[in-house]
Amino acid sequence: MGEAAKTVIFEIERRNSTDEDSYWEKFELPYVMNMNVISALMEIRRNPVNMEGKKTTPVNWDMNCLEEVCGACSMIINGKARQSCTALVDQLEQPIRLQPMKTFPVVRDLVIDRSRMFDSLKKVKAWVPIDGTHDLGEGPRMPERKRQWAYELSKCMTCGVCLEACPNVNDKSDFIGAAPLSQVRLMNAHPTGAMNRDARLNAIMGEGGLASCGNSQNCVESCPKGIPLTTSIAALNRDTTVQMFRNFFGSDRMVD
Amino acid sequence: MDNREFLMRRLHSLLGIIPIGLFLTQHLIVNHFATQGVEAFNNASHFMANLPFVIFLEIFVIYLPLMYHAFYGLYIAFTSKNNPGHYSYMRNLLFVAQRYTGVFLVVFIAWHVFETRFQVAIGAAAEADFNMMENILNNPFMLAFYIVGVLAAVFHFANGIWSFLVTWGITQSEASQRNATYFTLLVFIVLSIIGIRALFAFV
Repeated sequence: MGEAAKTVIFEIERRNSTDEDSYWEKFELPYVMNMNVISALMEIRRNPVNMEGKKTTPVNWDMNCLEEVCGACSMIINGKARQSCTALVDQLEQPIRLQPMKTFPVVRDLVIDRSRMFDSLKKVKAWVPIDGTHDLGEGPRMPERKRQWAYELSKCMTCGVCLEACPNVNDKSDFIGAAPLSQVRLMNAHPTGAMNRDARLNAIMGEGGLASCGNSQNCVESCPKGIPLTTSIAALNRDTTVQMFRNFFGSDRMVD
Repeated sequence: MDNREFLMRRLHSLLGIIPIGLFLTQHLIVNHFATQGVEAFNNASHFMANLPFVIFLEIFVIYLPLMYHAFYGLYIAFTSKNNPGHYSYMRNLLFVAQRYTGVFLVVFIAWHVFETRFQVAIGAAAEADFNMMENILNNPFMLAFYIVGVLAAVFHFANGIWSFLVTWGITQSEASQRNATYFTLLVFIVLSIIGIRALFAFV
């Protein structure tokens, strides 16, 4: 008692719609033990009053799972892209600055549109085609150790942090970024998926594909799931080197 | 199939090492004759300038690859949005340095060729000899410009070897890429010493 209540200060880069200019708004809220950025945003939503004491619109953001597996709540927190659900206020320097990941179209405030990542996954055919005119039965078995390794690659949640951190993903280039590339490696490693590996490799050899990587390696440093993205890229570089020569000098053989 | 960008990037990576990187190494080693005196350098320079078919060697081993690498490199450099501030990891800093040195080298090499080989070509100088370099490097600003130029070229080459190894899928694992970093650091140090020693031999 008598001691001033501890508070947390947030600075948020806001905008009302995609085409509007952004502006900064500051908020001061009471500190709650173990609070994270999302619980702070919830508090602002409950009581949308900025630091000047003026009532304002609640801040918009995206979220879903709240346990860092869905990738929806990615934003820039104190300069670095990460998930807001696992950003604990106790571990952040104040004032805490929140910005949308502007590599993507900003819908409103901190909400971004990650559609381009899902389009990229379609472009590189990041799936295992299993449709046939009749029951094709079980596919080839995957060795257990390979499954464990592939599981790490499958942790990708399309959160967009690797694209935001990448200097080569920007409005001047159409580079698809590390996440969809690593998914090509995952699908090509799958025993059934490997039956279409040449189609995926040729897809990433297209415009905005693998070759646009400049090896800054920010992706692997930033990936919240610790996916070996740069190893994936280097491995795909080798695969596409072989594919390139195969396309040029090879026979009509498509798949191993 | 629309893989023109892929092939152009791979060609850019390849040409940086073969022939440009090899030529740079050879050039710096020949320059090093300057440390053995005026005559040694002039003999070496004379030998290089009078190789058979020298104009074709220059066109296909130096000018065309270098121009492709320079101009496509400028395009690559200016399509990146550098972010070393918030993402100050070593590889990202080297990524930025690779782009800055590349842009600087376009200017430096253009000036360097104009001042030496071009003067010989238009007959303003008989040969690119010790005397020519001595006159250029007598100016302390020029000496500084050349020191920065040599260091930038050697850095760009050494770091370029590292990304060449990744781009062609030779170094894949984290450990192999780390070892490649140590190796390219060694290349940078050795070639820098050779290059700088040669420069100071003219002063």
